[in-house]
Amino acid sequence: MRRFTFHRFWAVVLKEFVQMKRDRLTFAMMIGIPLIQLTLFGFAINSDPKHLPAAVLNADSGPFARTLVAAMQHSDYFEFTREVHTEDQAAKLLQIGAVQFVATFPEDFSRRLLRGERPTILLEADATDPAATGPALAAMRSLADAALDRDLRGPLARFKANTAAVNIVVHAHYNPENNTQYNVVPGLMGVVLTMTMIIITSLAITRERERGTMENLLATPARPLEVMAGKILPYILVGYVQVTLILIASRFFFHVPMVGSLPLLYAIVLLFIAANLAVGITFSTLASNQLQAMQMAFFFFLPSILLSGFMFPFRGMPPWAQWIGTCLPLTHFLRIVRGILLKGSSLGDIAPELWPLALFLVVAMTLGLKRYRQTLD
Amino acid sequence: MFPLPVTCIPGSPPMSPPDSMALGAHVIDVSGITKRFGDKTVVNGINLQVDRGEIFGFLGPNGSGKTTFIRTLCGLLTPESGSGTCLDYNVLTEQRQIRAHVGYMTQKFSYYEDLSIRENLDFIARVYGVPDRRTAVDKALDRLGLAGRSHQLAGQLSGGWKQRLALAACLIHSPQLLLLDEPTAGVDPKARREFWEELHRLAAEGMTVLITTHYMDEAERCHRLAYIADGTLLAMGTVGEVIASVGLTTWEVSGPGLARLAESLRKCDGVEQVVPFGNTLHVTGQDADRIEAALRPWRTDPSHPWRQIPSGLEDVFISLMGRSSDKLK
Repeated sequence: MRRFTFHRFWAVVLKEFVQMKRDRLTFAMMIGIPLIQLTLFGFAINSDPKHLPAAVLNADSGPFARTLVAAMQHSDYFEFTREVHTEDQAAKLLQIGAVQFVATFPEDFSRRLLRGERPTILLEADATDPAATGPALAAMRSLADAALDRDLRGPLARFKANTAAVNIVVHAHYNPENNTQYNVVPGLMGVVLTMTMIIITSLAITRERERGTMENLLATPARPLEVMAGKILPYILVGYVQVTLILIASRFFFHVPMVGSLPLLYAIVLLFIAANLAVGITFSTLASNQLQAMQMAFFFFLPSILLSGFMFPFRGMPPWAQWIGTCLPLTHFLRIVRGILLKGSSLGDIAPELWPLALFLVVAMTLGLKRYRQTLD
Repeated sequence: MFPLPVTCIPGSPPMSPPDSMALGAHVIDVSGITKRFGDKTVVNGINLQVDRGEIFGFLGPNGSGKTTFIRTLCGLLTPESGSGTCLDYNVLTEQRQIRAHVGYMTQKFSYYEDLSIRENLDFIARVYGVPDRRTAVDKALDRLGLAGRSHQLAGQLSGGWKQRLALAACLIHSPQLLLLDEPTAGVDPKARREFWEELHRLAAEGMTVLITTHYMDEAERCHRLAYIADGTLLAMGTVGEVIASVGLTTWEVSGPGLARLAESLRKCDGVEQVVPFGNTLHVTGQDADRIEAALRPWRTDPSHPWRQIPSGLEDVFISLMGRSSDKLK
């Protein structure tokens, strides 16, 4: 016997290829995962987010405020979508996350600029995600000077020389220190729940079928609903333990502010867990073994973590990626968690994120139960 | 190993069972049961009556529809057509009641390998709503002879012990009918014998048993049996009746050069099977005259003594199997 023979080695190689060909899902995974990653990292993810929605509260009657708004718009960082007339309106837009910035120009802005009094622009930012607002805020200063440069000519040229003509005051709301952990740690709650709930449920049900114990269970008087509900409840409790652990860590290790209602958060967690469990059940009815269930969970998890706004600013992504992100429950849950913890959002404030979550749950549950019923007969 | 009779299983079933005295003549009484998967007919118009206290054997090649038929009986599958009763419950509409009074043992060990023996029995007892669960489980463990090892994980048990656990779990809710799907596959002869002794004890107590098997010795231990191929019942009755109904003639020959002889015999007209049995050959055919004529040239050879023997169950089944596959062609 020689130590290494080609034909024995080749026999194993050929066998591997045949098995690879049979296991469609693994094959799809080997091709699909790199493609997904290429697409997501290559095209969707952008750490310099532009076109961030902004509102303007303009009390100035002169030309300079309009010049500055136009310049901000032109910079591509700001996309002025709303014009508001009161501070309350502005605060509300930030609170529900409809805009990322509010720029406020005081009365007499132009007149005081001409007098050389360095009038103040108030730029309020929703800084729950510092990565989203940072680049725009950094660009603001040079942007203002450059914009006014063109207007400050002739006798006005003296204002531009060495000191800035306007005073830009930035209010980073909800996260004044631009602390990234404030954004990441609550977000982690959604990521951990997505990962464990989908993987655990799909595995738990697939395992029962793979080992043949499901048939036995179905031969007992236990109804399918009893079996399903009984299998799910323990994992809901596990989910709540995870949530509680993360909240404790957020509070005591990361000092994340918790300004909103925790009971509200706990109630909404149930909706989110249910949505993920529904996905897990659907996967378990599609997968024929535990490995496949695991792979499907991974297929779902990858876009969830990359496109939800957890790792990269949601508004920095191209529209198609935002559209995919909008279909994922994690995206909405992240906004809800951050809203409640950092902004103190009420049930009314998070309603726009709540109904997509509920819709997702209904669709996933219908699909899952339909598939589950089919596997019985 | 199964010292206690079935009456020692405590408690009564959760839903009030039909009074056993009031049961109709047959525990299983179905006709025309047909089940299709897509356009493949797996069970094709089966009629079957099984009486109380009877051990009824179900035989047939792999994929012949035995398991599917059992699943239609215990309410796991709904037949496309056919009608009948199982324990006086309608097999089409009262599947839930049937499940509560039937003990079903699946082909593959289907209890939880990561639960201990006691936890498995406990779980099953809870699902069936067995009253006085603790006592029921203790009694079942005693029957198993496993009281001392009740904390051992089911996954660590050998094939024979797993089968005992499965039987104990099937019996924990005091069913009136046992549906056993190849319960003795992969179990050693001693454990198999004990298993059958227990089945006969249970049957004597009034339990009805429907069992599928591939072993001929087990088929011969059944009160009655049926042979199924491609979803169709081909023969039914006691062992003697089944053998007689097929009407085979079997000759036995011994002597030197049997392998070569077998080759030549297989080519003869009227010879269906030539099967080596140790130092002899069994030559079987359907038509007694034709096989006798076919064998005549060889019977003159004094080194090969021939004698006619009664046909065995295996000869019968192989003959039936051959006929049904001929039909397919």
